[in-house]
Amino acid sequence: MQHIAYFIQKYKYFLLFILLEVFAFLLTVQSRSYHKSQFINSANAITGGFFETSNSFFEYTTLKKENLRLAEENTLLRNQLASIPEQIHTIPLDSTLQTNEFITAKVISNNFKKRNNVLTIDKGTNDGLSIDMGVITSHGIIGVINNISSNYATVLSILNSKSKINVKLKRSHYFGTLDWNGKNYRYSQLQDIQRQAPIQIGDTIVSGGKSILFPEGILIGRISDFKINNKNYENIEVELFTDMSNLGYVHVIKNNDKEEIEKLENQND
Amino acid sequence: MTRDTLSIAIRFIFLLLLQVLVLNNINFFGYINPNLYILFVFLYPLEQKRTNFLIVAFLLGLCVDFFSNSGGINAAATLFIAYIRLYVLKLVLNKFDIDYKLFKLTSEQSIKIFIYIATLTFAHHFILFYLDYFSFKNLSLVLYKSFTTSIFTIILSILSLVLITKKKTV
Repeated sequence: MQHIAYFIQKYKYFLLFILLEVFAFLLTVQSRSYHKSQFINSANAITGGFFETSNSFFEYTTLKKENLRLAEENTLLRNQLASIPEQIHTIPLDSTLQTNEFITAKVISNNFKKRNNVLTIDKGTNDGLSIDMGVITSHGIIGVINNISSNYATVLSILNSKSKINVKLKRSHYFGTLDWNGKNYRYSQLQDIQRQAPIQIGDTIVSGGKSILFPEGILIGRISDFKINNKNYENIEVELFTDMSNLGYVHVIKNNDKEEIEKLENQND
Repeated sequence: MTRDTLSIAIRFIFLLLLQVLVLNNINFFGYINPNLYILFVFLYPLEQKRTNFLIVAFLLGLCVDFFSNSGGINAAATLFIAYIRLYVLKLVLNKFDIDYKLFKLTSEQSIKIFIYIATLTFAHHFILFYLDYFSFKNLSLVLYKSFTTSIFTIILSILSLVLITKKKTV
């Protein structure tokens, strides 16, 4: 017993160091697993509040770009509206038939240069958000909500080793997975694509619609480079349409059929 | 003692906010964000009892993690350099026992200060990026990132040290 006490006394700094280091390590490992909600996250009132205040100072610097983006989106939507035939306006709309609802939120913290990127947005459960909702802009997919508090939420960006987005080729409906290798934030990598899928440089990649997080056909990027090895595709580089370094306002997708789909899927287990 | 504690607390909060609100958004050359907050570790007064120091350094790293959603990587890296600080200092200054009370970093030779800061900064950044990428496959990328980011952290740390010492002599 005395020996143990002596040992602890002698190495107490080292033991404290090891103890805290193990704790930090556990937090790191825990933050790597997708399904566990992170303990250390910025979706809380204190960090969220700080980010919101600091964001309100720097917001003005990006207003011009943000305006341009909104104007482009408006033009796009107007063009789409114009192509819808006139008689459709006479069909009575029932809001319960709407599958996807969009909620606007503002990105208040963005780290795009890390290996594992997480964004913080200024909406939370009070605004009807919940975990596992998709987040997009008019240019493409941003990520999925992974932590939430009453007024803030964190978004697991597509630039994160944990995030694997189901995608497909717009032209041919072959499915694949988008998985970032951590090098350049303008490019992500397409994995698990069938070897018989015809792909070319310049092909557009859209969301697959297999997951309930994103509706089918949301833009993601275009293929910029790939190699063929042993008749298999390798290193398919996808240039993302969204500039992840410059995010202002984003849309959160609320799928109204989500509960129904999940209930149905759980019955099969 | 209370005056020291107060200045440490102010330095803690100031460096934390500077890091998470300003320095984490610099993105120099696209990805370089200097981690100036470890200046806290360099400047923390030397004490015989290191328990407080280790805990405070750990908390500082953890606070940075809270803001940047990075698990515990900053906490782990900051704690590590806090632990090895005394040994590095003894090695660099070539002394076996340091007068803890009278020791002042800024009164040492500038080349020694530089080696001390450079060693700790690189150790910190290497652990930070290594835990961030978490695989041996990306070792060259991790080394490259830690090296380039270290350069900027070291430059900023030394500039800050110069500023602090200037203020005190006037």
